[in-house]
Amino acid sequence: MAKIAPTKVYVPCDSSALSLGADRTAKAIVTEAQKRGIEIELIRNGSRGLFWLEPLVEVGTDKGRLAYAPVQPKDVASLFDADFLNGGAHKLNLGLTEELTWLKKQQRLTFARVGITDPVSLEDYIAYDGYKGFKNALKLTGAEIVKAVTDSGLRGRGGAAFPTGIKWNTVLGCKSEQKYIVCNADEGDSGTYSDRMIMEDDPFVLIEGMTIAGIAVGATQGYIYLRSEYPHALKSLNEAIAKAEKAGYLGERICGSNHTFRLEVRRAAGAYVCGEETSLLESLEGKRGQVRFKPPLPAIEGLFGKPTIVNNVISLATVPIILDKGAAFYTNYGMGRSRGTLPIQLAGNVKQTGLVELAFGATLRELLYDFGGGSASGRPIRAVQVGGPLGAYLPESQFDTPLDYEEFTKIWAVLGHGGIVAFDDSVDMAKMARYAFEFCAIESCGKCTPCRIGSTRGVEVIDKIIAGKDHSKNISLVRDLSDTMLNGSLCALGGMTPYPVLSALNHFPEDFGLQKKKVAA
Amino acid sequence: MLELILKSLETFVATALSIQQLTKIEAHIAAHKTMPGALLPLLHSIQDDIGYIPEGGYLLISKALSLSVAEVHGVVTFYHHFRRHPAGKHILQVCRAESCQAMGSEKLEEHIKSTLGVDYHETTKDGAITLEPVYCLGNCACSPAMMLDEEVYGRMDKQKVSELIQEAMGA
Repeated sequence: MAKIAPTKVYVPCDSSALSLGADRTAKAIVTEAQKRGIEIELIRNGSRGLFWLEPLVEVGTDKGRLAYAPVQPKDVASLFDADFLNGGAHKLNLGLTEELTWLKKQQRLTFARVGITDPVSLEDYIAYDGYKGFKNALKLTGAEIVKAVTDSGLRGRGGAAFPTGIKWNTVLGCKSEQKYIVCNADEGDSGTYSDRMIMEDDPFVLIEGMTIAGIAVGATQGYIYLRSEYPHALKSLNEAIAKAEKAGYLGERICGSNHTFRLEVRRAAGAYVCGEETSLLESLEGKRGQVRFKPPLPAIEGLFGKPTIVNNVISLATVPIILDKGAAFYTNYGMGRSRGTLPIQLAGNVKQTGLVELAFGATLRELLYDFGGGSASGRPIRAVQVGGPLGAYLPESQFDTPLDYEEFTKIWAVLGHGGIVAFDDSVDMAKMARYAFEFCAIESCGKCTPCRIGSTRGVEVIDKIIAGKDHSKNISLVRDLSDTMLNGSLCALGGMTPYPVLSALNHFPEDFGLQKKKVAA
Repeated sequence: MLELILKSLETFVATALSIQQLTKIEAHIAAHKTMPGALLPLLHSIQDDIGYIPEGGYLLISKALSLSVAEVHGVVTFYHHFRRHPAGKHILQVCRAESCQAMGSEKLEEHIKSTLGVDYHETTKDGAITLEPVYCLGNCACSPAMMLDEEVYGRMDKQKVSELIQEAMGA
């Protein structure tokens, strides 16, 4: 029986897939198809997040999408020989994508569409439940929208875990001619890439979330402050914004309502500290990204002195599904006060790296071994840093900690943005502690002394410890310095640099020339 | 005295703009000056076009945005992304962050530096490649990562890096 429509072949355009040669693979498939006189429809979808298998090519069949991975240009001819367009057997054939255990075990809410759709196709977005939450929001008052977000239990996914609804409510309650929605897309934490994936692979969900925030609190202008290291996200966002404008989802009187919401992407310029909300606002205003004193809160006096919601990409991208399925649906996931799901990013020395969205409550061990498959090097995993460069290093004895904001606080660690970076037993934890100080010194905005000076002194003290110079004196000095930074810094950069430093020292004292078992508090 | 005059003349020449640069900067200013918080978008568009932010442009920018020259200088120097001098034909950014370290980026850094014969923030003698450190490219699932101009590369090893460098040197 002759096929009516050409077979759909999906090759991701996510930048991690591109970094492993997805463009070359796509080109090879098109060339080979032409050579053989076979008509195909090439779709550049987002990534499913199974980065250890990228480039992951999918073929649309009657039974569903079949995965072949990882596909390099050299594999393409043999795939055609095996009739992969009709699901032919091949060593790279992994079966139906939806049936892959790695995906099946996940609870994808925020990432429901990621990897499935063409990121910049508004038709695709709408066909896969896009703008449903927005349509519901249009029927509600601002206070009702804010209540739904509050009731969902959503907390800031950028790292601070502040209840999103409470922040929105403050802005809602402010009287002002102008309010702003600012999306913090300055994802600078090592080991994190979920923001990037949303922006590259499903940009409309962020646009929808920001639009809902705008109509909820009466803000007419939104800004996405995007890090300059993400050129692909910039392209994807701008293309999606242009399409949303054209279709009437952005601009004046959106979808025939009385609401106006405009959206613009602003490029950051490579300063890590601008991920801190007040320095981000300074930067948006065209200034040096120096941290502001709080109060006033940005919700009351934010961008250009006006009430402003500053939320992380994932927080905003989660709003549409909450408004679509209801607060109760979302809050049913999770544990304790950590409600809903967390997109976890497996990185570093892990065999099966990628994005795992799960309800709060899974343990690090499940993630590292069940999903991650252990280390990439085959050596034992010795330490794990959760929550970016300001997150604590955890030893194996803490791998059973459930991913929950409060459970992590109990062990003096942070969940942050959900990035997990694993290190095998070749890691030198004193060197990692030194790096934490070094990074802080490079990125400090310079406004407060503990961070500006402390970070540089920290590098020097660790160097002395490594060299064995006045060892015990310098060990107490590094603790003392950490205490000053922890309590005296203006923002989380200086205030949390002691997390990686002290956790390394406490859990891995042997790397600092101390006795192995001597664990100090 | 003569030395001093020569020195200031040198500085003047070094900071003066070519007619071409002047025209370009004026066009970027005209396109951006009414934007709220215009300075960063303006600096980006100047750098995208010219390759760096010429110091000779500070006065023009400051006047257009009602800022002092010091404020413009302060912003340019605060952000790692903005450069005050021309870069090489290509910019190679190597990730130094934790995830890449966990996958052996340090050895790769040494290899790159010795292959190119430069340290970070330096440009190869032939002007082909400027080497920069970067702290996360969001490609942590494919560490070690780096970026050549605007393309990201993942799971890099010595051989792949050498090939990439060779390609960039030739292009």
